[in-house]
Amino acid sequence: MSFINDPITFLAEWITQFLGGFLPEAWVTFIVTLLGVIITASFGLVFVIFLIWLERKIAARFQDRLGPNRAGPFGLLQTFADIVKLITKEDVIPEKADKLTFNIAPILSVVAVLLIWAVVPFAPGWIGTDLNVGVLYIAAVGSFGILSILMAGWSSNNKYALLGAFRAVAQLISYEVPMLVTLMVPVLLARSMGMMTMVESQDLWFIFLAPISAIIFLVSSIAEVGRTPFDLIEAESEIVAGYHTEYTGMKFGLFFAAEFLHAFTIGVLFAIFFLGGWRGPGAEQFRLLGVVYLMLKGLLGYFVVMWVRSTLPRIRIDHMLAFNWKFLTPLSLALLVMTAILDKVFGDTALRFPVLLAGNGSVLLVTWLALRWTSRRHTKERRVFKKRPVAKPA
Amino acid sequence: MTVEQAVFLFTSALILFSGFMMVTRRNLVHAALYLIVALFGVAVIFVLLEAGFLAVVQVLVYIGAIAILMIFAVMLTRGDISKEQEPVNADFGWALMLAALFCFGLIILIGQWPAVNSQAPALSAETDTVFELGSALVSPDAYVIPFEVASVLLLAALIGALVVARPHKKSK
Amino acid sequence: MIPLSWYLFLAAGLFSLGLYGVLARKNAIAILMGVELMLNAVNINIVAFWRYLTPGNVGGQAFAVMVFAVAAAEVAVGLALVISVYRRRKTVAADEINLMKW
Repeated sequence: MSFINDPITFLAEWITQFLGGFLPEAWVTFIVTLLGVIITASFGLVFVIFLIWLERKIAARFQDRLGPNRAGPFGLLQTFADIVKLITKEDVIPEKADKLTFNIAPILSVVAVLLIWAVVPFAPGWIGTDLNVGVLYIAAVGSFGILSILMAGWSSNNKYALLGAFRAVAQLISYEVPMLVTLMVPVLLARSMGMMTMVESQDLWFIFLAPISAIIFLVSSIAEVGRTPFDLIEAESEIVAGYHTEYTGMKFGLFFAAEFLHAFTIGVLFAIFFLGGWRGPGAEQFRLLGVVYLMLKGLLGYFVVMWVRSTLPRIRIDHMLAFNWKFLTPLSLALLVMTAILDKVFGDTALRFPVLLAGNGSVLLVTWLALRWTSRRHTKERRVFKKRPVAKPA
Repeated sequence: MTVEQAVFLFTSALILFSGFMMVTRRNLVHAALYLIVALFGVAVIFVLLEAGFLAVVQVLVYIGAIAILMIFAVMLTRGDISKEQEPVNADFGWALMLAALFCFGLIILIGQWPAVNSQAPALSAETDTVFELGSALVSPDAYVIPFEVASVLLLAALIGALVVARPHKKSK
Repeated sequence: MIPLSWYLFLAAGLFSLGLYGVLARKNAIAILMGVELMLNAVNINIVAFWRYLTPGNVGGQAFAVMVFAVAAAEVAVGLALVISVYRRRKTVAADEINLMKW
């Protein structure tokens, strides 16, 4: 195992040997694991600094602006300036707030996102822990995010914060249903819930086997992050800033960082489940290339999230719930059943790809027909106004 | 003391402490938050017992759904809680005595049982418990009937909850 | 290594705390929380017995899963009842919901 092929394992082995000289084995394992945790977590948090700059630049391009361009080359240092500003701001805790809960909530929101990175397979053999229930783990730690929002909203003792928290819980719990159901589709295709097996079994990317599931996963993930068009959680024109109305300084910064990191994490998860993760030419040989592939694919997903954000306006709250329960959930259930049956029958034959694609197509067709039928029924009920005389040019 | 024992002792102290705080807090949202800490501790206990799947499901079901539902219900039925000065009813002395008796009785019974000091046999490395659990839950000569009955129970609970909680037309 | 008795003692303590909560608390939601504690204590016991006594048989884990399902159903219906009662009687104190008491 040379340094160029696999630098991380090389370094880990070197450190293990170095420490093994004068420390008992249990301590060496502990220190090496701790180092891994610190590196992964700080990588995530430092990456956010770059992501914020990237998002501001790209959002500016969408809106025909230049974006940050004063601090440093291309405005790269803008985020550092913002961090300094956030740190130097006064840290206000409202008089009637529930102090402990108020202070724990922002930390929990960052932790909830960082925990996901424990099971992200960066390259062959590079993974925090290859849990055999990795997919379920991702769903489970997501609930800490919901909890942090609820805690923030309640402890602020502010009606807008509480309203935002209520909206958040309604939205996040609802959209967890189609997200979990669609996540079962790649699990079925990979025949495993482990993240490493998930990537290794994608000789053909799952987006080709389950295109509609991929789209549903992306949409419900956007709702999970609470980005436009699903930003009812912190809709500034309706409820000030939602659950983090009362937060100032770096505590607000933590919520902000968690949101950006979560959005990028969604992109990375999309890449792992549907775009083949670290797979690409040469990734087996040079593992650092695998990380590059994963990051590029993740950034692609992140770009789509940004693209949607800059394009669509916020949807109404009843539309948000109706879209989930009346459209996404039934569709994802139908896709799951369809995939389960077809993959059981044709899974090991050469017909797997065309049959699954045809199955997806037929589900799409049925959905389209059903939507057309219901919309036609709607138009019948629509009131037709009597034609009124209009002034015409002579 | 091994690392596992230290983790176990710390976690069980945390569980019992937050359980105690949960049953004594006046503020119900605090009680629910302590409940979440206790439930998370139970998930850690499951990890110590090498039941990773159950630990993850514990977090997903209890913290992600049940505890959040509890907090939601507490907030929806507020109004009354601010008035509630006394969190316990008049018979709480009897309850305390009964619970303490129950606890001591259980501890004495456990102490008398011969298998109590048995150590965990090593799980063989080849068996994948998640795989075994999954196939046992759907195989006809194992637990497929309880599994299906549980799904029917969940559906019934879903519909029942909807019917019960839906506002009556008359009460408008 | 941890002997089986430690898990059983933990579960006994947790169960008793839950029992106290169920018997002593006034608020119906707090009573439901106590029930959750008791169910969790039972689950600890089930999984501990599976791990220590019958690790080859997944029955213990299977029934822990059943307990999860039953707990979820219980909370859904229980909270729906509490909210329904609150809507009609404007109270969630269990000893004030006594219309059917003989």
